[in-house]
Amino acid sequence: MIPGEFIYHRPSSVAEAVSLLVSHGDEARPLAGGHSLIPMMKLRMAAPEHLIDLSGVADLKGMQEVGDTIVIGAMTTQHELVNSDLLIAKLPIIRETSLMIADPQIRYMGTIGGNVANGDPGNDLPGLMQCLNAVYVLAGPDGEREVAARDFYEAAYFTALAPEELVTAVKIPTPPAGHGFAYEKLKRKVGDYATAAAAVLVTMSGDTVSSCSVALTNVADTPLYAAQASEILNGSTLDADTVTRAVAAAEAITMPAADGRGPAEYRTKMAGVMLERALARAAERAKG
Amino acid sequence: MNDMTPSREQREAALEGMGCKRKRVEDIRFTQGKGKYVDDIKMPGMLHGDFVRSPYAHAKVTKIDATEALKIPGVIAVLTAEDLKGVNLAWMPTLAGDVQMVLADGKVLYQNQEVAFVVAEDRYIADDAIQLIEVEYEELPVLVDPFKSMDPDAPVLRPDLEGKMEGAHGPRKHHNHIFNWSVGDEDATDKAFAEAEVTVKEMISYHRTHPSPLETCQCLASMDKVNGELTLYGTFQAPHVIRTVASLLSTIPEHKIHVIAPDVGGGFGNKVGAYPGYICSIVASIVTGQPVKWVEDRMENLSTTSFARDYHMTTEIAAKKDGTVTGLKVHVLGDHGGFDACADPSKWPAGFFNIVTGSYDFPVAHLSVDGVYTNKAPGGVAYRCSFRVTEAAYCIERGMDVLAQKLGMDPADLRLKNFIKAEQFPYNSALGWEYDSGDYHTAMHKAMDAIDYRGLREEQKAKQEAFKRGETREIMGIGVCFFTEIVGAGPSKNCDILGVAMFDSAEIRIHPTGSVISRMGSKSQGQGHETTWAQIIATEIGIPAADIMVEEGDTDTAPYGLGTYGSRSTPVAGAAIALAARKIRAKAQMIAAHMLEVSEFDLEWDIDGFQVKGNPEARKSMKEIAWAAYNAPPPGIEPGLEAVSYYDPPNMTYPFGAYFCVMDIDVDTGVAKTRRFYALDDCGTRINPMIIEGQVHGGLTEAFAIAMGQEISYDEMGNVMGASFMDFFLPTAVETPHWETDHTVTPSPHHPIGAKGVGESPNVGGVPAFSNAVNDAFGFLGSTHIQMPHDAWRVWQVAKNLGAHG
Amino acid sequence: MSEIEQIPVTMTVNGKKVQRFVEPRTLLIHFLREDLNLTGPHIGCETSHCGACTVDMNGMSVKSCTLFAAQANNAELTTIEGMANADGTLSALQEGFRQMHGLQCGFCTPGMITRAHTLLQENPDPTEEEIRFGIAGNLCRCTGYQNIVKAIQYAAAKLNGRDYQEAAE
Repeated sequence: MIPGEFIYHRPSSVAEAVSLLVSHGDEARPLAGGHSLIPMMKLRMAAPEHLIDLSGVADLKGMQEVGDTIVIGAMTTQHELVNSDLLIAKLPIIRETSLMIADPQIRYMGTIGGNVANGDPGNDLPGLMQCLNAVYVLAGPDGEREVAARDFYEAAYFTALAPEELVTAVKIPTPPAGHGFAYEKLKRKVGDYATAAAAVLVTMSGDTVSSCSVALTNVADTPLYAAQASEILNGSTLDADTVTRAVAAAEAITMPAADGRGPAEYRTKMAGVMLERALARAAERAKG
Repeated sequence: MNDMTPSREQREAALEGMGCKRKRVEDIRFTQGKGKYVDDIKMPGMLHGDFVRSPYAHAKVTKIDATEALKIPGVIAVLTAEDLKGVNLAWMPTLAGDVQMVLADGKVLYQNQEVAFVVAEDRYIADDAIQLIEVEYEELPVLVDPFKSMDPDAPVLRPDLEGKMEGAHGPRKHHNHIFNWSVGDEDATDKAFAEAEVTVKEMISYHRTHPSPLETCQCLASMDKVNGELTLYGTFQAPHVIRTVASLLSTIPEHKIHVIAPDVGGGFGNKVGAYPGYICSIVASIVTGQPVKWVEDRMENLSTTSFARDYHMTTEIAAKKDGTVTGLKVHVLGDHGGFDACADPSKWPAGFFNIVTGSYDFPVAHLSVDGVYTNKAPGGVAYRCSFRVTEAAYCIERGMDVLAQKLGMDPADLRLKNFIKAEQFPYNSALGWEYDSGDYHTAMHKAMDAIDYRGLREEQKAKQEAFKRGETREIMGIGVCFFTEIVGAGPSKNCDILGVAMFDSAEIRIHPTGSVISRMGSKSQGQGHETTWAQIIATEIGIPAADIMVEEGDTDTAPYGLGTYGSRSTPVAGAAIALAARKIRAKAQMIAAHMLEVSEFDLEWDIDGFQVKGNPEARKSMKEIAWAAYNAPPPGIEPGLEAVSYYDPPNMTYPFGAYFCVMDIDVDTGVAKTRRFYALDDCGTRINPMIIEGQVHGGLTEAFAIAMGQEISYDEMGNVMGASFMDFFLPTAVETPHWETDHTVTPSPHHPIGAKGVGESPNVGGVPAFSNAVNDAFGFLGSTHIQMPHDAWRVWQVAKNLGAHG
Repeated sequence: MSEIEQIPVTMTVNGKKVQRFVEPRTLLIHFLREDLNLTGPHIGCETSHCGACTVDMNGMSVKSCTLFAAQANNAELTTIEGMANADGTLSALQEGFRQMHGLQCGFCTPGMITRAHTLLQENPDPTEEEIRFGIAGNLCRCTGYQNIVKAIQYAAAKLNGRDYQEAAE
C-alpha cells in the first residue's frame, strides 16, 4: 500500500493555495489532516499529481466568536475542537461529537475543514453542521462565497465545492444559552463510522420546544438535515406521539447502504433509535 | 551456618523457578523498541517483492503482460507461474496432502490470489510496477456457498484433479469434494437415537474468521550462490518444518538452508504454513542473486494467507428425560476454499474435531466430516486453538445448551449431570481419545460459587418478567461453557506433519561458571518462552533463571522441533526441557558425590545443589558442580555439563475450564454488553501465573471478537468483504470487557512436570461462553439457536424476528 | 516516472536534528524505519487503525503510516527509541509495562507506550475509563488491554510520586 508519485506544495496563504488549485485543476488535491486522502492514495484510488498541504496556511487556524456567530478555521483539528474552552462554553455538542470521531491519534490530525469538505457520508461533522445550520466559507479564484451546510452536499464525495476552491472556515450561529443538545452515534467500535447517528439541538421554553433541529449521519449518500422531523418537534412538548411521528419522518428520508454495519432496514431503524435517544438527552439538558 | 547464609526460602526465591510470577526478560528489549522482527532486518543489495493479485474469485488467466512494468527503472523481474515451472515450483504441496498454486497457473480460485511476483529495488517501485502489469481474465462461475459445492452442476474448481476420485484422505465423491472422515460407532449411535427419550438437532455454524496477528506474514530470502546456501528469515511459528519443506521443494540440502525466525509479532496459527510469498522470495533470490524481502500488507493478510473455521456442524444429541446423554451424532461440512491448505497433522483431515464429545460421558458417538472446495482463500488454520478444537468445543457447548432448553433444565445442571467423573480418568472417549486427567465437578462448583450462578439466574428471571411487562428494553443472558481441550500434538504414533513426527526438543548447556544457554525447537510469538523455559530449568537444576539464556528460532543452533502452535510448547517442548535438565542433574549428582567423597546414593537434591543426607552442611551448589564438571570431573567421566532431549509425548494433554459470561442486550439496537466474564482454567501445573493470566486475557479478547463480530465474509461474486481493520472486528480497549480469572490445578499424570498448556483455552472456551450468553438471553422468547457472529445488526434482527420490537 | 524531485526535510528526532532528501510520497513510517533505522515503530495495518506506527510529533500522537515525511518537516518527533530515561534506565511507562505484563509479542508495544506517554502528558492521572478511551487508537492482539491499563496506571502513580498497589496476577 504505497501512494503514487506527486509533487508536494506547501503554500503559506489561502491565495497561494487557491492559485495552485487553479493552475493544476483536477490533478491537484488539498491535504488537510490526510486521514481520508492518504489511505485512498495508498490504495491508489486517489492519485493526485499535486498535493497541496494546507498546514502552513496560518489563516486557516483558530476560532473566535464574532457577534452571534462562532467562526472556526478550516485547519482546526478535532483535538482542538474537543479542548476549546469557547466551544465547551457555547457549543458543547461539537466536543461531544468530535470525541466520537475516529481515535485520539486521528483527532490530532483530522480537521474540521477536511471532515466537512471531502463529502464522505461517514463523517460526523457534516451532519452536525447541518443540525447547527452552519455556513461554509469557500475561497476560490473569484474570492469568497458562502454555502450553507444544508445545501453543500450533493452525493457521496460530490459537494458544492469547485475543484479550484477551498473551505477556509465554518461559521456557526451561536445557539442560545441553555440549549439542549446531543449527538448519538451507534458504531461497531472506536474508529468506525456510524451505523447511524443523530444530532439534535433543542431549545425549550418551559415544557415546550421553542426550536429544534435534527440531522442524521451515514444513513444516505449525504448527511441528512431532517427538516420535517424538526418541524414536527417544534412547538411540541416532546410527547410520545410527537416523538414517534418525528422519528418516522426522519426514518423516511434515510437511504442507507447495506454494508458490514448492517442491512439498510437496520440502519434506518437505528437512525430512528439514535434520534429518539438524542432527543431525550437533549431535552433533559435543555430543561436542566 | 553463619547468619549470612541464605535461608532455604531465600535460595528458592533466588531461582525464580516454576510457580513464580517472574517478570519477562523479553520486555527489556520490547519496551524500548529494540525487538528484531523480520521487517527490521536489512541486507546489502536487498530487493523487495510484491504480488499482482486477482480481482476475481474464479477466472481463467489468459494473458500476463509485464512489458510496461519492466521499463520502470528499479524493476528487476516479474515472475509468473511459467517462470516457476522452470524450477518445478508453480505448485507446492500443502500440509493437508493437497497441492496449491504458488502463482496462478492458468486460472485463479479466489479473490486476491497471487498472479505475478514483482521484484524491485524498493517497495515503492514494486508497487508502481504492479499498477502497470496487464492481466487478462476470463471470468468463470463462482462458487461461494459450501452447501452448493457438491451440486451436480456446481462449477469445476480444480481441473487439475479431474477424474482423480481418490484424495489424500480416501475417496472423493464429487469434483469439489476433498474428503470424508468418519469416526465412531455409527450403528450403536443410530440405535441410541432410535431408543432415545429426547433428541435435539441443530445446524451450528462457526463462521470464517482470521487469526490476524498484528505483524503480517513476511520473509527475507538470501541465496548465496557461491556457497549454495540459502538464508531465510521469516515470521515462522515452526522454523524447522519450513527448513525441511524448503529443502524438499528446492533440492538445496537441508544443512545449507539457514532458517531464522527472529522476534515474531503474534502468530495465532497464521504463521504455521508455507505461503506463496515465501516460495517466490526464495526463487527471486535464486534468480537475482540478491536478498529479497516480502512483506504482506493487511488486506493481503486478511484475504489470502490462511483463514480459520468455516465449519458447519449439524449436531444431534440423544438423551433420557432426566438429562443423561446417551448419544452424539455430528456431521460437519468444512469449507476449505480453493485448496486444502488446512494446517492439521497430516493424518487428521479435520484435526482433532473428534474431541467433540467434550467434557461429557457419551456412551456412543459418531462423527462424519466432509471437506469441500469453494472460491475462497485456502487455510483452515488453528486460530489460537489446537486443530479444529475450538470448532468442536463450540459445537458441543452450544449443543448442550440446546438440549438443556428442550429439557427445561438449567444448562449448568445438565453439564454437572453428564460430566466425566474424576474417578473415571484416564477416560476413553467414544470417539477414541484417552483423556489424561480432570476434576470437572470441582472446577464447575468453584466457578458457580464464584459468580453466584443461582443468584444470577434469579436476577435473569426477574428481568425477563420486567421485559414482558414492558418495563425494560434490556434482556440478560448467562453463557455457560465447560470445555475440554486436546493439545500437545503429539505422539508420533498418530501425529506427523508431512511425515515429520511431532516431537519437540531442548538442549541445555551449563557453562563452567554456572550460567546456562539453552535452545528449544519451539518458537515464541509472544508467549514468553525466554522467561518461562528458564523457570523450568531453574527449578530442575537449581540455577537462577536470571543466569539462564533461552534461544529459539535459529535452525542452525536450535535442536529440531516442530514449533509453537496448538498449545504444544509446554506439553511437548516443556517436557523435553525438564527431561534434558534431569539428565544434567543426574550427571551433576555423580560429580557432587566425587567432590564430597560420598556415594551418589548418599546425596539428596535440595533446591540448588546436592547435600549429604543427614548432613545438609556438606553440600555442593550447582554452580560449584558446574566448575568441577569442566575442570575436575570424576575419573572416567567426560568433562562438560550439557544435555539434549527429544520428547515424543505418550499422550495429548487435556486442559479444561469453566467459563461464565453475563451479558445485557439492548433489544432496540442489538448491542450486547458484557457485564461480567469469569474464566476458571485448569492447565495442570502452572509455570508462571502472571503469563498464564496474560494468555487468558488475550485469548478471551480474541474469543469476544470472534463471537461478537469478527468475520471474513464473501458476496455472491466471491468478493471478500471487509478485509481491513475498519471492518474486521478487532476490539479496542474501549469495547473489550474486563476479565476475571481463576484456576484449579489437576496435573497431567504423564507429563514430567504435570503441565498441560493454556494459551488456547480462552479462545476455545470463550467463544461458546459468549455465544451461549446471547442465545440464553433470547431463549425465553422462543429462540433455540442463533448463528454467530453476534454483531449488533444480527442480534437486532433476531430480536425483531422474535417479536421483541412489538 | 521518478522525474519528481526529492525534497529536503529537516526534523528533530529523539533530540537529534536530522536532514535528508526524500521523495514527496515517502511515508513518515518508512522514513523513520528505512532512512533513520528507527525500527521501533511498526507497520501493522497501513490504514491508520492499529496504531503500531504511533510516534509523538510536537506533543501529538500521530500514526506515521498515514503521514508523509514532508508533513513532519521542522517537527519535533519522539519515537519509542527516545522514551527511556536519560541515564538509559526504563522510563516509568516502560517499567510499568514490564511490571504489569502489559505486553506479549511486543509488536504493538512501541506504539502503545508512545501513545500512553502523550496521554499522560495531557492527563497525568487518568481513570481506567480515560486510559481505555485514550489508547483506543492502538490495537493489541495479545493482552486484552487489561494489563496495559494497569501498566499505565502504574506509570501514572510513579510519575505522581505514589506507589502503585495493584499487581499483575
